[in-house]
Amino acid sequence: MTTPAPASPLPRPDRVSSRSSRPPRAGLPARIRQAFFASRRDTVLTLALLALIATVAPGLLDWLVLDAVWGPQPVAACEAARGQGACWAVVWEKFRVMMFATYPFEEQWRPGLAIAVLIALPVLSAWPRMWNPALPGVWVIGSLLAFWLMGGGFGLAKVPASQWGGLPVTLMLTIYGIGLAFPLALLLALGRRSGLPVLRALSITWIEVVRGVPLITVLFMASVMFALFMPAGFTIDQLLRAQVAIIVFVAAYLAEVIRGGLQAVPKGQYEAARALGLPYWRMMGLVILPQALRVAIPPIVNSFIALFKDTSLVVVIAIFDFAYAVKKSVETDVVWKKYFLEALLFSMLVYWIGCYAMSRYSRWLEQRSAQVR
Amino acid sequence: MIRAFLAGLAMALFTTGAAHAGSTLDAIKARDSLRCAVNTGLQGFAAPDSQGRWSGIDVDFCRALAAAILGDPAKVEFRPTNTQNRFTTLQTGEVDILSHNTTWSASRDSALGLVFAGILFYDGQGFMVPAALGVESARELDGATVCILPGTTTELNLADWFRANSMQFKPVVIGELSQILQAFFAGRCDVFTSDISGLASVRLGTDRPDDYVILPEAISKEPLGPAVRRDDWELFTIVRWILFGLLEAEEHGITSANVEQQRKESGSPSVQRMLGVTGDIGKGLGLDADWLVRVVGAVGNYGEMYERNIGPLGIPRGQNALWKDGGLMYSPPIR
Amino acid sequence: MNLRSERVRGWIWQVALLAAVAGLLAWLVGNTLENLAARGIQVGFGFLDQEAGFAISQTPVPYAPGDSYARALVIGLANTLIVSAIGIVAATLLGVVVGVARLAGNRLLAGLATAYVEAVRNVPLLLQLFVWYGILTEWLPPVRQAISLGGVVVMSQRGLRFAWPQAHAGWAVAGIALLVAIVLAFAWRYRAERRRDATGSAPPVLPVIAALLVALPLAAWWLAGAPMAIEYPVLRGFDHRGGIAMSPEFAALAIGLSTYTAGFIAEVVRAGLLSVDRGQVDAAKALGLSPGQRLRLVVMPQALRVIVPPLTNQYLNLTKNSSLAVAIGYPDLVSVANTTMNQTGQAIEAMAIVMAVYLTISLAIAAAMNLFEARTRLVER
Repeated sequence: MTTPAPASPLPRPDRVSSRSSRPPRAGLPARIRQAFFASRRDTVLTLALLALIATVAPGLLDWLVLDAVWGPQPVAACEAARGQGACWAVVWEKFRVMMFATYPFEEQWRPGLAIAVLIALPVLSAWPRMWNPALPGVWVIGSLLAFWLMGGGFGLAKVPASQWGGLPVTLMLTIYGIGLAFPLALLLALGRRSGLPVLRALSITWIEVVRGVPLITVLFMASVMFALFMPAGFTIDQLLRAQVAIIVFVAAYLAEVIRGGLQAVPKGQYEAARALGLPYWRMMGLVILPQALRVAIPPIVNSFIALFKDTSLVVVIAIFDFAYAVKKSVETDVVWKKYFLEALLFSMLVYWIGCYAMSRYSRWLEQRSAQVR
Repeated sequence: MIRAFLAGLAMALFTTGAAHAGSTLDAIKARDSLRCAVNTGLQGFAAPDSQGRWSGIDVDFCRALAAAILGDPAKVEFRPTNTQNRFTTLQTGEVDILSHNTTWSASRDSALGLVFAGILFYDGQGFMVPAALGVESARELDGATVCILPGTTTELNLADWFRANSMQFKPVVIGELSQILQAFFAGRCDVFTSDISGLASVRLGTDRPDDYVILPEAISKEPLGPAVRRDDWELFTIVRWILFGLLEAEEHGITSANVEQQRKESGSPSVQRMLGVTGDIGKGLGLDADWLVRVVGAVGNYGEMYERNIGPLGIPRGQNALWKDGGLMYSPPIR
Repeated sequence: MNLRSERVRGWIWQVALLAAVAGLLAWLVGNTLENLAARGIQVGFGFLDQEAGFAISQTPVPYAPGDSYARALVIGLANTLIVSAIGIVAATLLGVVVGVARLAGNRLLAGLATAYVEAVRNVPLLLQLFVWYGILTEWLPPVRQAISLGGVVVMSQRGLRFAWPQAHAGWAVAGIALLVAIVLAFAWRYRAERRRDATGSAPPVLPVIAALLVALPLAAWWLAGAPMAIEYPVLRGFDHRGGIAMSPEFAALAIGLSTYTAGFIAEVVRAGLLSVDRGQVDAAKALGLSPGQRLRLVVMPQALRVIVPPLTNQYLNLTKNSSLAVAIGYPDLVSVANTTMNQTGQAIEAMAIVMAVYLTISLAIAAAMNLFEARTRLVER
């Protein structure tokens, strides 16, 4: 005896699951239909969005690209195009000030080279083939080279740190912020997990206090109050103070990331290492940390991205990083003052390229480590 | 501790020289360079051109100081500061002197750890409004939106003025001069208030100065002058007497053109004392005998400094003229 | 004492560490006191009672320049909390929409959402604030040519102004009635669910709740005199007066914070929704649950467990990011403390207050989050 067919059909599946449970049909027209016009509601939505894009995009495209003033043109060309086209000529005009800020004019090839070196260092470190004991050596040599180029001495004219500015400063604050914070963060993470109550209390205090306050207050503290904490007459350069403040700040966040990595290592690994008789530091160095850091590297790259963006905050303590240099380059020039929006967009583009590249790298790393597992 | 090691390592890479615990004057001589905190960009007082060369009356004063102490007016490092960190850069020892069109006030002389060495420019606080508003007096500003810089006597005087005149206002407070000016010129505020010299300077920096008018009232006294740290008595005395020296030079007709000639040929005893031909004023100050010759040779006398920097702003000498000409500039005798 | 014992060695290290830290602190404090004395700067919190002397542009609580520094700081704190609260609500709404949109089947919608997230997350917040502030002050018309939407909303460079009912006791009473209605609505829903568990049939829930939320406040408003007077913004002198004002600084900060944090919240929501096992959804469908029930009873509880911790982290970031107000002139806590610091010279006390306040907010949110995690922890067999 056959059973009757069910009286009511199954409820119509919603969008998300239909993508997952129904296999896509072959052929391009079918795929397009699936992606954009799969249901009546979808079709309406697609058409509405297309209409929205059609109204906004042409005007935007005109302003940004087609009617814009490109290349090293005089300000009169920009005045003529005002309101219809963006004045990208301001970027050409002010490029050196944006990149190098107050660095002496004739020596600006040096920070240019320093930028190349400072970008090469993390790029090399990101390449898995370079993950060998030679890497720290490369960093030391690269750093010395960068500082020699920026600061001078040994054949190059000396330039005091108070005149450094622009993109090299942003790169330095980011790279050495994370680089020098890392050992500190490691100690804090281990301290937080340790059984020694004093160590644990100190680590937790540092981490929670620093994570609970905005970066601006830490920068203000470093800029305004540092000299009060030191003996009379002892002072260090403004840029170095900002760097130390950033290191202290980043260390607390990195400590939490590393702690997450340490927690991901199964307890069995600790026990096995102990059973083999390894003392604490050798256990950490040979067994635990390599596994913990493999898990922690994507969030560490995310911290790098976040720090790259956060260095723009040194604007409030009047340090000439890239964002400040761009702002100042147009604000103080009577003639080009009107085109601050284009300059701002340019600086946003530079940050965007850097962050997007790093976030794609982070995703690639995650996929890679998933495959290796 | 790892922290100390890392800080030390970083210091070795970065530091441009820790200040000595001794006197600032010794530090300046040892460093062979004067560090001067100046405005980030105010035409007439301290402003860099696109090549990074500074000009302005505050800048010239620092150059005069460098000429006196180090013999070369070019040996100055200018550190641009805004109204929020100018005092701390002096307090922390990052700079030797603050020459930032700063108002001398009682609280600043007492509670901030610094002292003002004299008055370089007598000024007052005023208001600037767009001419299109049709406002003719500062008493018609009830309900206006006012752009100001924080951390200034301007901010406090503004509140006092409006309270005294039973008027209300809405402040827009941003810490960067260029940013607050941008807000004012974009129309975000009705009024911009600052020292009148600053207003004149800003007005001339626009492409249409006649669109803006400075209202006639000066609502406060704003004597602007250089400041040094509280315990720097040697430097304080030098700064004070360079200021007076510039005034005395103008009073006696010594200019940058004729200073060398006056030194060789002048028969007036007071001129001879000033220029170091007789007496040992320089030694008493801790400088060479020809300190004033170098100063005037580098920047001219006060009148020349004024004409060069403030003259283009269109501000008449007024209160800043010599006492003989009806102004307030009076120097004790150099003897 | 057995020096080879790990415990003893551990204690020796700890004592040494404690001594070192205490020594460092003593040295720092000593230097500080010495420097403060040498510079003639006062110590202590006495300055809080002194007259502030400066004006503040946004004052949710009445303030005049003659009031004390303490009151100015309270205003700053109020401004911080207000902009953070509005930012959190707006960012959550926008973030959830964008997060769900990223998972949509419609590729155009998903693509736009992805573009939005990638655009907002990879640019520093400070620069985004500058752009918003620039747009609001440069592209909106001057005060005398303000855009007016029927006289109810007035937009100009000076900000937004909304018509607002004039202060009257009737509105307060209506507000209280609304709160009462909300409580009653929850009570009714609880009772209806109990009845359904017990007998299988439930009294209508939604219509009753809707009636309560509308009728009660309306009745209260009517009984209190039905106040109808509305204050419209009117141009008088330099600017509009009347109604509620929202300055461009506030608007720029609120919009910037919301759009920026929404990008991150979208990612968090997306990760949460993706974390729910597909089998759960299929099983729910097999049980015949409607899409709404599926979402409410199966997907959201599991997704929330993954979403809430990073979400509270984002709320915390938003609150801390509100300190960027100092760069565009919105008088939040950091901005007011900065002005105080410059006028009194007492940097340490001012910064200490600011840090204490932010720490309190952070710890409060973290504690609340811990409570939530404890309650929703998976109880496994």
